[in-house]
Amino acid sequence: MQPTNTDNPEYFHKVIDCQYACPSHTPVPEYIRLIGQGKYDEAFRINWISNVFPGVLGRICDRPCEPACRRSRVEETPVAICRLKRVTADYKNPATDFRLPVPSAKNGKRIALIGAGPASLTVARDLLPLGYTVDLYDDQSKAGGFIRTQVPSFRLPEKVLNEDVDRILTMGVTTFFNQYVDSLKKIVDQGYDAIFVGTGAPRGRDLPDLPGRREGAAEIFIGIDWLAGVLYRHIVGCGPRVLVLGGGNTAMDCCRTAKRLGADEVSVIVRSPRAEMKASPWEIEDALEEGIPIIDNHAPLEFVVEEGRLTGMKFQKMTAVYDRDGRRRLIPSAEPPVVIACDQVILAVGQMNSFPFIEGDLGLTMNDHGLPVLDRTTHQSTVPHIFFGGDAAFGPKNVITAVAHGHEAAISIDLFCQGRDLHDRPGPAHTLVSQKMGMQDWLYDSSVSVDKRHAVPTVDRAKSLRDRLIEVELGFDKPTANHEASRCLNCDVQTVFTYSTCIECDACVDICPEMCITFTDNGDADDLRARLLAPADNREQDLYVSPPLPTGRVMVKDENVCLHCGLCAERCPTSSWEMMKYTYKSRVAGEK
Amino acid sequence: MSTEKPVFRHPQATRNTLGLTRKDYEGAVSTLCAGCGHDSTTNAIIQACFELAVEPHRVVKLSGIGCSSKTPAYFLSRSHGFNAVHGRMPSVATGANMANRELLYIGISGDGDTASIGMGQFAHALRRNLNLNYICMNNGCYGLTKGQDSATADFGSAGKKGVPNPYSSIDLCELAIGLGASFVARGFSGDKQQLVPLIMGAFAHQGLAFIDVISPCVTFNNTATSTKSYEYVREHSEATNTFDFIPLQQEILTHYPEGTSQEVIMHDGSIIHLHKAEAGLTITSRRKALDNLEEQKARGRLLTGLLYINPESKDTHEIINSTLRPLNSLGEADLCPGNAALQQINAGLR
Repeated sequence: MQPTNTDNPEYFHKVIDCQYACPSHTPVPEYIRLIGQGKYDEAFRINWISNVFPGVLGRICDRPCEPACRRSRVEETPVAICRLKRVTADYKNPATDFRLPVPSAKNGKRIALIGAGPASLTVARDLLPLGYTVDLYDDQSKAGGFIRTQVPSFRLPEKVLNEDVDRILTMGVTTFFNQYVDSLKKIVDQGYDAIFVGTGAPRGRDLPDLPGRREGAAEIFIGIDWLAGVLYRHIVGCGPRVLVLGGGNTAMDCCRTAKRLGADEVSVIVRSPRAEMKASPWEIEDALEEGIPIIDNHAPLEFVVEEGRLTGMKFQKMTAVYDRDGRRRLIPSAEPPVVIACDQVILAVGQMNSFPFIEGDLGLTMNDHGLPVLDRTTHQSTVPHIFFGGDAAFGPKNVITAVAHGHEAAISIDLFCQGRDLHDRPGPAHTLVSQKMGMQDWLYDSSVSVDKRHAVPTVDRAKSLRDRLIEVELGFDKPTANHEASRCLNCDVQTVFTYSTCIECDACVDICPEMCITFTDNGDADDLRARLLAPADNREQDLYVSPPLPTGRVMVKDENVCLHCGLCAERCPTSSWEMMKYTYKSRVAGEK
Repeated sequence: MSTEKPVFRHPQATRNTLGLTRKDYEGAVSTLCAGCGHDSTTNAIIQACFELAVEPHRVVKLSGIGCSSKTPAYFLSRSHGFNAVHGRMPSVATGANMANRELLYIGISGDGDTASIGMGQFAHALRRNLNLNYICMNNGCYGLTKGQDSATADFGSAGKKGVPNPYSSIDLCELAIGLGASFVARGFSGDKQQLVPLIMGAFAHQGLAFIDVISPCVTFNNTATSTKSYEYVREHSEATNTFDFIPLQQEILTHYPEGTSQEVIMHDGSIIHLHKAEAGLTITSRRKALDNLEEQKARGRLLTGLLYINPESKDTHEIINSTLRPLNSLGEADLCPGNAALQQINAGLR
């Protein structure tokens, strides 16, 4: 293999699994370290700069960081990154003003944001400090978009959402609430320098062709609309027996909400096997813990309506069959259809994009999926000054992805308004700083905690099931947060190897608890992976290869399960190994 | 400084036939200088024990005094250990070995502990061909007392203080061959590929197996003018043979073309396959083994690898015809055979 080029900013970035997996590339180990030091304000600020909604995301984030966490490859469970994010929001100084300074002299450029969800709010947050005038349009009375209408209060209290949203709005956003934009042309005609569309995927999928759909309509609801109805108190109760169809997070929110609205029996019905449900494992777990059964492999056949009243639903049992490539097909099983009695059905079987307000003659090209044709990097549409982000851009994803889109779109809008090339984008800011403090002492806590993942305490279940406004999770207290923070393996503190001073004494090889390091003859990647001291079959993790050493061998380090414990550097007589903290910061608009 | 290793180990760490991982053969974290050759030697021992699936509780670690003699703390923490007086490891090992011949004895010593204060003990352990694996971590200096030249420092070699050694050096391998050791090898802490099989071969050998491991002292004797530095040893070492050690009962998977390798069958049935270098050396003759060493020395080279082996030799127990069973398993009936037996002995002396 060629020697690893550690000057490539992505090499060490990739070693920080959590940060690399995060769409917004939040420097996770850094804020976790600050939590351990009790510096909640600083930890919060890192989140606020990077992912904009720490209080919200600390509760409802899809957490792509956690499955990526190295800890889960070393022991069983990842660091509770998401809940530690919440800790920063819970324990920051309430008096601290985190808002970014906004110049009083505007730069003369006017930006319209359509939809007040996380993507638009991120654009606003990034552009206001640069002097842009930002107008925000939404059909609701408050900002937040689907975070507000779809996420129930027992998972995300309104107070927390308001705090995160108001931090941005009060930076100087001009809001146009309760204004449904029915024509993009009208906005275009107002002469904005750039327009950002962040209208999400607002339409819940229906099952319009299923027999009985029309007859039972009074007791059949679309999940996301139903949740919004509950939030705005248009819906205050529900039938005693409720079926929720769908296996995503919306289904989990619907079933738990139904339970809180007084339903005696709530069941979730899924077409596919349980293991393939789209909902996050922890949300499935929460639903199960609240006594909601999940019935899988049941495909809906018809709504059973008797005497004008919905009395149940008929399902065909399915069997999952996997072909040689692992592709799944669902085939009906031989068993006769089953009827499950119910009084109400909530359909949470997917969301779709919908752009009824975009006129055909605007020049905005749409693709086969009904989505705008966009540049993947710049988020620019076929109309140069119109940009898209969040679920409206590439289909339904999640909040943290919408935030990442917002950052990118803000960069594009800023470049566009300056008449610059949108592809000439600022690269990430990165530094590599030695952690050496003494002969064998480091600036970071190199000891590796053996704590198992700490569970987040919850309120009494009976109490929380009575009131949908009571937040179920209480969050970590400070001591538990500290213990959980200490589980972080400091993956941002890199093992940096200088080949020219190595005397090949093997001290690092001998001390490494994970047998990450091997000195051997060079070869191609497959060959090397087969010859390392420990199995190196996780190909998503890189091999760190040095130039040839005096004996002709090379140093090969498998990054996979390195604990970043610093022992290789402590035992190195020539400091050829050094622990260096790598900071990687994605650029936001206005940075060079 | 970290005094403990993290508890986590590679999730796919291999297991030996006992179901143990390498971790089960580790010891405490070393407190020797970073980069000390002894740590590497220690790890070669761990690796050999792991690969041979040695049961940790069947091992006795013995040592004298010095940096090297600290190392039994750093491997096999689940084995028996005895840290003896300076230079007196061989006599303690002899006593232990006499008491229980069934255990695996690993004696750790250094060049001071062996070639100076313990020379007398060393010589007699060799002479008796004690069934002991005598590993000498040889760095040519007294590291624990700040790097004075030891008796194995080569003539003219200079450590950190810069003064060339004016005396001639003791070649421990020549001494061992001359005095009766039946397995003599020289390894280098920086070459585990060679060292691990050497240690495994020594373990299988019945009789005194002596391994002189050149184990550089990074702090006092890793200078450009030293003949026991990492760089010097790498540049000047000449291997007798490369070899594979095939433990008894292990399937023989490699076949060697005829004439390129020599097979030595060990006492316990294990096999050492020697792959002859271009100038294949005879290592089963004492005289030739000594010649080989002297010849390479004259050329300014340091001969490493398996230098001499006599798989047919008799160890101390066989020489003195001692009991086959460990003393702790002998009951009163064994130890006091009664009047009839006494009368028989007395009659034999009349």
